[in-house]
Amino acid sequence: MEAEAAKLIGAGLAAIGAGMAALGVGNVFGSFLESALRNPGAADGQQGRLFIGFAAAELLGLLAFVVAMIILFVEV
Amino acid sequence: MAGEAEAGKVDPMHQFTVEPLLGQDWNIGGFNIAYTNSAMWMTITAVVLFVFMLGGMKRELVPGRWQMMVESFTGFIDDMLEANIGKEGRKYVPYIFSLFMFILFANLLGLLPLGIVGVHPFTFTSHFTVTGVLAIMSFAIVLIVGFWKHGLHFFSLFVPSGTPLPMVFVIAPIEFVSFLFRPFSLALRLFVAMMAGHILLKVLSGFVINGANAGIGVGAMVSIPSFALMIGISALEILVAGIQAYVFALLTSLYINDAEHLH
Repeated sequence: MEAEAAKLIGAGLAAIGAGMAALGVGNVFGSFLESALRNPGAADGQQGRLFIGFAAAELLGLLAFVVAMIILFVEV
Repeated sequence: MAGEAEAGKVDPMHQFTVEPLLGQDWNIGGFNIAYTNSAMWMTITAVVLFVFMLGGMKRELVPGRWQMMVESFTGFIDDMLEANIGKEGRKYVPYIFSLFMFILFANLLGLLPLGIVGVHPFTFTSHFTVTGVLAIMSFAIVLIVGFWKHGLHFFSLFVPSGTPLPMVFVIAPIEFVSFLFRPFSLALRLFVAMMAGHILLKVLSGFVINGANAGIGVGAMVSIPSFALMIGISALEILVAGIQAYVFALLTSLYINDAEHLH
């Protein structure tokens, strides 16, 4: 296989990580909404934790994006 | 591959080029210090932020709309620090507030559709050098406060209280690595979120332009849905601009809380 083609396939595989992070972020907000509807009174106090969870889940997807960018643009 | 825009193609990476505007030959110690478009947009952000704050600092007893707007931002940051750090958090309000407002204004100014009149906004938060310096500033404050308040006892941050002795040798290295990764994660999150959104918008605008150039049929099939999607993504990007500024400020305040109180 040509090195160029392998690079493009690798970058495409790295994009799977972005989709996995979408599952994670969706799970964070979905679980929050589910429990916020059960107990709306406690929901506002938990917004900080909601965004901490969001930030942690999102970071791993962004790392997948960084891996794709490094594969595509950094000349070894 | 990168940067060789073929004729008629929209190059999504071109928007991130840093170009010198003034003083291409200003050098200090072998480093070029030209005034770039990145520096220009930082200046614009600082000036807009200054004007925004100036309009709200009239200290009227009955606040007008502008003063209400500014005070709701300061109150928001004040509440966040109060909730995360406690009463010691008051002294970090100036830093966290400047950080939050600077990132928020930079993100929002970078999204302005000024390309219509030929001025292309430059989102400097989409560069790792800029977000990296902001993250290093936050991390330096954490280290300085931690060592200032607790001295060498600050290292007990790596051993959560109540850890059984055999586990200390496993947990301490993990906590240490996760502590050292904090500035990177802080900077990466902001820069990648902004960069990915702007690339997505440029790729979609490439669909619109190339679809419209390919004729009426393809234009209606490709350009119109892409344009509708672009409007939706732009709304999402405004949300992301706010969330990322908030997350940066929130995580900085959490890290400062660790330095203030250990755990």
